[in-house]
Amino acid sequence: MELCELTANELHRMLTGKDVRAEEICLSVFRRIDKTEDQVKAYLALHPEEALEQARAVDRKIAKGEEISPLAGIPIALKDNLCTKGHRTTCASKILYNFVPPYNATVVDKLNGQDVVIIGKTNMDEFAMGSSTENSAYQQTCNPWNPDCVPGGSSGGSAAAVAAGEAICALGSDTGGSIRQPAAFCGVVGMKPTYGTVSRYGLVAFASSLDQIGPLSKDVTDCALMLNAICGHDPMDSTSVPTELPDYREALVTDIDGFRIGIPAEYFAAGLDDHVRRVIEEAITVLEQRGARVEETTLPHTEYALPTYYIIAPAEASSNLARYDGVRYGYRVEDAKDVLDMFSRSRSRGFGAEVKRRVMLGTYALSAGYYDAYYLEALKVRTLIRRDFERAFEKYDCLISPTTPSTAFRFGEKVDDPVTMYLSDVFTLAVNLAGLPGVSIPAGFVDGMPVGLQFIGKPFSESTLLRAAYTFEQSTTHHLKRPSLTPEVE
Amino acid sequence: MLSREVVDHVALLARLELSEEEKERYTTQLSNILSYAERLQELDTGDVTPMAHVLPLQNVFRHDVVGEHLPSEDTLANAPDRQGNNFKVPRII
Amino acid sequence: MNKYEPVIGLEVHVELQTASKIFCHSSTTFGGDPNHHVCPVCLGLPGTLPVLNRKVVEAAIMIGLALNCSVARFCKFDRKHYFYPDLPKNYQISQYDLPIADNGYLEVQDEDGNPVRVGITRVHMEEDAGKLVHQGTDATTPYSLVDYNRTGVPLLEIVSEPDMRSPREARAYLDKLKTIIQYTGVSDCRMEEGSLRCDANISVRLRGSQTLGTKTEIKNMNSFRALQKAVQFEINRQIECLETGRRIVQETRAWDEIEGVTLATRSKEEAHDYRYFPEPDLVPIVISPSWIEEITRQLPELPDARCRRFIDEYRIPAYDAGVLTGSRELGDYYEECVKIYPQAKTVSNWVMGELLRLLNDTNSEIGESRVTPRQLAEMLTLIDKGTISGKLAKEVFGEMFRTGKDAEMVVKEKGLEQISDEVSINAVIEQVIASHPGPVADYRAGKDRALGFLVGQIMKDTRGKANPGLVNELLKNRLR
Repeated sequence: MELCELTANELHRMLTGKDVRAEEICLSVFRRIDKTEDQVKAYLALHPEEALEQARAVDRKIAKGEEISPLAGIPIALKDNLCTKGHRTTCASKILYNFVPPYNATVVDKLNGQDVVIIGKTNMDEFAMGSSTENSAYQQTCNPWNPDCVPGGSSGGSAAAVAAGEAICALGSDTGGSIRQPAAFCGVVGMKPTYGTVSRYGLVAFASSLDQIGPLSKDVTDCALMLNAICGHDPMDSTSVPTELPDYREALVTDIDGFRIGIPAEYFAAGLDDHVRRVIEEAITVLEQRGARVEETTLPHTEYALPTYYIIAPAEASSNLARYDGVRYGYRVEDAKDVLDMFSRSRSRGFGAEVKRRVMLGTYALSAGYYDAYYLEALKVRTLIRRDFERAFEKYDCLISPTTPSTAFRFGEKVDDPVTMYLSDVFTLAVNLAGLPGVSIPAGFVDGMPVGLQFIGKPFSESTLLRAAYTFEQSTTHHLKRPSLTPEVE
Repeated sequence: MLSREVVDHVALLARLELSEEEKERYTTQLSNILSYAERLQELDTGDVTPMAHVLPLQNVFRHDVVGEHLPSEDTLANAPDRQGNNFKVPRII
Repeated sequence: MNKYEPVIGLEVHVELQTASKIFCHSSTTFGGDPNHHVCPVCLGLPGTLPVLNRKVVEAAIMIGLALNCSVARFCKFDRKHYFYPDLPKNYQISQYDLPIADNGYLEVQDEDGNPVRVGITRVHMEEDAGKLVHQGTDATTPYSLVDYNRTGVPLLEIVSEPDMRSPREARAYLDKLKTIIQYTGVSDCRMEEGSLRCDANISVRLRGSQTLGTKTEIKNMNSFRALQKAVQFEINRQIECLETGRRIVQETRAWDEIEGVTLATRSKEEAHDYRYFPEPDLVPIVISPSWIEEITRQLPELPDARCRRFIDEYRIPAYDAGVLTGSRELGDYYEECVKIYPQAKTVSNWVMGELLRLLNDTNSEIGESRVTPRQLAEMLTLIDKGTISGKLAKEVFGEMFRTGKDAEMVVKEKGLEQISDEVSINAVIEQVIASHPGPVADYRAGKDRALGFLVGQIMKDTRGKANPGLVNELLKNRLR
């Protein structure tokens, strides 16, 4: 096995045991990128020189006998909506084609502070709007398990990079499933933490009340390490919780004896692929064998989550994306005759179809005469959705469901039908509306394509979710499978 | 079904200049999404409090202290057009 | 014109004097190089988030209390959307349906000097926009320059009820509002620097009517005088419209200071639709009774209360008290002086007379006065002691005002000390008698008026320094 196929936890042990140098790990990852990136196209930008320099700095620390952090020297990829000082941050949009932030996102500063090796910026759906990464203005990222299929989205580049060994771990962002859905499609672990756990400062906003940064990794242990590295209060984000958070490594125990797990009936209803259902049922059996008490429950307002989401998220997006106007940064048409003309044409040419669609939708939902019927109503239904979960968590330690109704679909399959595309997030977006933590882990395969199992918990119960997920993972081998994208790689 | 006038008005509010083809497409697609969203009206939400924030946070403040400003070159480095240390834009009418 | 009644409401924006901006740590310093006092947050760079400056909330609560408002227990911020190059996010963080304070009032005097209450509809917090400078002409290519230094400076918007009935009342309201705000110390309220801005909503209706006429909004009034003139112009314009059977259009009009007219402006956004919604990046503000109490304790004595106290405590006329409490600094000056020199009315005369006159002549403010309250008090003591005459005191004070020197030093340097010794005065009397035999004979013949001439000559010869009472007495004795 190549170094790039190992986990951060394994590599950390090798680094501290002086069995390997950080530089070698970094080179292994870049070699893998050289071999597979032409097919995967996970990255929008790579920073090899800086990455190697960061890796060598870690090696010097180790040589001097200094203690290193658990992620020191680990090559990590960042979704291209995380601001990186001095490095282009495009959100896969033409409108930010040349934007170089003069500041770092808080999570980037945190990773730098722990000597993580940042190797590049990953592809995504433009401004994180999409479920297939097909909405990137720059390139199509392929699913490493089958290049004819999408990697999911919007953090498709991050998920594909981790699955393909082009990064050890990655950061994504999740507004309606954008970490968990691509993690499921690419057979990796992806977590959306409780809203407020990870600072959003420097995450280019899509829908502020739903966005949350989270990790993508090969296994649950790395997920815990990454979460440890990025969580915590940030005075630059008013919605960041000021409470002390636990060390998530302590959740890594294989014990769910007596755990009460609920299965929301609505998540197993029509629209769920039969093969996926079977995989999830097997997973439930595994959890039961480990001592969990699993029973069916109900989240009655589930059917309203999608329409609620598709009012709230576009409304906030229409506001957040108003700033892209060609005045201070980004794309501007050349021949504008006046400011209005400059605004309208820069935005029309700078934004892609899906972004424009959502900006139109959100603008409409907020406009005079429609606000009460759409936006205000959606905020009320959001309360009802949250209450469903609160009621369920009175009885259960966590809920489980399939992460997605099907495995990764083919390119172009849903791109022209927004509502069908939106349906691929139907099991994930209620979690964002309610601000809850959710994690997707590999649960098996259907026709060679990965299936994700989603754990949903009450606010700030990440440790509970990690423990359940870890117990499941340690009882199965799905997470050890790697895609054989390039047969010549051993 | 949304009318073309509404689509034109919304496009103006959003500062988007749409082609005829886009307007047509968005009229249909937005109508579909909105009719899907109309099922929210089925629910009785008369006494439900709207949820703008999922967290029960309140009174998050910073102290009134001046920090570092951006160096001018960083401020203007991304400017599509500038004159001196000002951002430059076409005429405003 | 008495057929119509004007109805005026004012929307006032006040820049708060905090050190840093409302949502970031950039400085609020006025002026400076363009785009200097900016950071990623106030530039609205992608990914940045606002964090509320606590001082802004406290200032807003204080103004709410000072304007007799009820302060909200719960309030929040909203986004107000409109595209404009001086607005970095193309939305302004403001407060929509839950302002921090509402339902207050302040008192002004109407045309006849009677007190009237002007209702305060609401006070809310928001961020300021940047500055645009328009360049070029139609012949060359016109363009604009954008400077974001002012972006994010905290503002309070204070909206009045349509309770004012004349331009003068509108001006009195703004004047009173400015005074109250200055007393609280949260803003310097300089209209010329834009830290106080005022828009007026104006309509007219037939006197006695209860319904409101169509209103126009007047912008771009950059001084108190401009406000009064613009409001008067707009009232006349609307009345003329009605009289000639034209319709008043609800619109925004700009005051043209040079032409002295209001002109219709093209609206900022063709379709006014601000699409307000709750700001998801900021959490709600909950104001506890104890927080309000704490700020109430910090609230200084306000002009109306101080004015009443001045009348009671110093026994000065209401007019004097009104002038002296017109600014916090002037009132402070007066009180400090009275503490040292307790003849309150004399102090009031000097402060309102000479001091304000000289400040006005030199276009300066009380804070810039080189004469301290102590120095004024000492000068007044010199008059009482007879060291200088009341007449010369004005000259002495003028010199003090120019140089900042103590009264005694001015008197000494200029030799202005009053001559009160009889020998010196008698010597001058002898000279004057000798050189003016005519008036002396007249006086002795019973023409009393001639005495005044002789006194005048003596004062002239002593350059006004002779003690006038003593001169009179000694001269009369000598001529008896």
